[in-house]
Amino acid sequence: MTRSARRTTQVAAVGAAALLALSACSSDDSSSGSGSSAPRSSSSPKLSGTVTVFAAASLKESFTTLGEQFEKEHPGTKVTFSFGGSDSLAASITGGAPADLFAAASPKTMKIVTDAGDTSGAPETFVRNQLEIATLPGNPDKISSLKDLTKSDLKVVLCAEEVPCGSAAQKALAASGLKLTPVSYEQDVKSALTKVELKEADAAVVYKTDVRAAGDKVEGVDFPESADAVNDYPIALLKDAPNAEAAKAFIELVRSDQGQRVLTGAGFLKP
Amino acid sequence: MTSPHDEPAAVAAPPAGEPRRRVRPGSRRGVPLPLLVPALLGLAFLVLPLIALLIRTPWHSLPDQLTSPGVWQALRLSLVCATAATAVSLVIGVPLAWLLARVEFPGRGLVRALVTLPLVLPPVVGGVALLMALGRNGVVGRYLDSWFGITLPFTTVGVVLAEAFVAMPFLVISVEGTLRAADPRYEEAATTLGASRFTAFRRVTLPLIAPGIAAGAVLAWARALGEFGATITFAGNFPGRTQTMPLAVYLALQSDPAAAIALSLVLLVVSVAVLAGLRDRWMTAS
Repeated sequence: MTRSARRTTQVAAVGAAALLALSACSSDDSSSGSGSSAPRSSSSPKLSGTVTVFAAASLKESFTTLGEQFEKEHPGTKVTFSFGGSDSLAASITGGAPADLFAAASPKTMKIVTDAGDTSGAPETFVRNQLEIATLPGNPDKISSLKDLTKSDLKVVLCAEEVPCGSAAQKALAASGLKLTPVSYEQDVKSALTKVELKEADAAVVYKTDVRAAGDKVEGVDFPESADAVNDYPIALLKDAPNAEAAKAFIELVRSDQGQRVLTGAGFLKP
Repeated sequence: MTSPHDEPAAVAAPPAGEPRRRVRPGSRRGVPLPLLVPALLGLAFLVLPLIALLIRTPWHSLPDQLTSPGVWQALRLSLVCATAATAVSLVIGVPLAWLLARVEFPGRGLVRALVTLPLVLPPVVGGVALLMALGRNGVVGRYLDSWFGITLPFTTVGVVLAEAFVAMPFLVISVEGTLRAADPRYEEAATTLGASRFTAFRRVTLPLIAPGIAAGAVLAWARALGEFGATITFAGNFPGRTQTMPLAVYLALQSDPAAAIALSLVLLVVSVAVLAGLRDRWMTAS
């Protein structure tokens, strides 16, 4: 009898602890999200709180730099990023992920979010990006054109067609009438690049900016067909942004001369 | 640790039918409320997402979704790879379990810990580790490539290896638990009667632990069927060659959620069918 009673209380205690932990989590979320930013922004223009940025994987390096500059200019703010394939980011935003702004690598993936009515205001193009072939350092396979990638003994990775870099690559291939069978369709541009960096693949079709960011781990090869598949990058404030004021300021920074300098320095084209 | 296969069964079974029937007639013999409420909460938490999947299934377009060649290609690849991964796990996993259970050697605890590591390791990390070991530029893989011309990433064999890496520990742990529970005196009797240790293992031990092997194989097969992270990292994603069902579900979710739900439903049906078909085995094993 006493043993079973003790067991009951033990189990109840565990259950209660689990519930407490759950509720602690949720109250934490609300205080760090809207609670910390709302009072400040109404009384003074000073920005604070966390800005959550969902951005295409290709923006990783330049946006991280811009995020650091933003935090320095606005003490008390913190910029957190989620980088990934634009399509999966769009899917998580329409699925209700808490984000302040979305920077996509193609108008098509941005359209998923605008169609769902999740943006506030029209998206604006802030940069453009062009494709490039990433090869192993020193280009041992002597790849000089898009056509060279169709050689059967080469292991080429492309982005999946659902991702902007993948649809751009398909557009360039279609425009030049080439048929390319890759070894893998990767889920975002950085995974495609990584396969070349690790020397698992001989070449990948990625963005110019990714080749530049990878430094000497890969070598870039320009191809003229990439002009047919230049991607516009749109950025938009999200409707349910928990920290809209700071998010607006971040978009201003991205579009400012200072922001454009960082982005073109990373290899992006001006809009 | 000892026998993970009987844990989920023990946790999931009681709340299913019994408590409700007992609570109403006699409150004195009833289930205490502090137990019943979290139990029902737990049940709802596990079952609700599956019901939601059924509710949101696009039933009218389902036949079209399921008869598309892409679905069958991915399903066939998944079934073939999961079965091959289970076979690989059986061939090298059962002897490994026997070694851990029956042979005293220094550092056995460490070896057991290493064997169970893939159980807790995030599968993506497993995929990266496999690339470092067996990739074209990997520690072992570079010699496979330069000596034999074998490269494993981006191949169906790569999928099987990734799945086996993640799934084999389930089999090893399950079989080792059964071996420890089995009476070693039968083997000893066989050896005193003149059988070699290998004959004793083959003719006495193996039949004795068959239910445990079966349970472990089912666990490993189910784990292999659902494997995502290690597969996409090590073997990439190409329809018909390395794109298994979970990869197809993930990519379909980005562009065509209805197709993703249909694919998920197929995996759910396969999982339920396997569980139902092997229920008797599970009961005797646990």
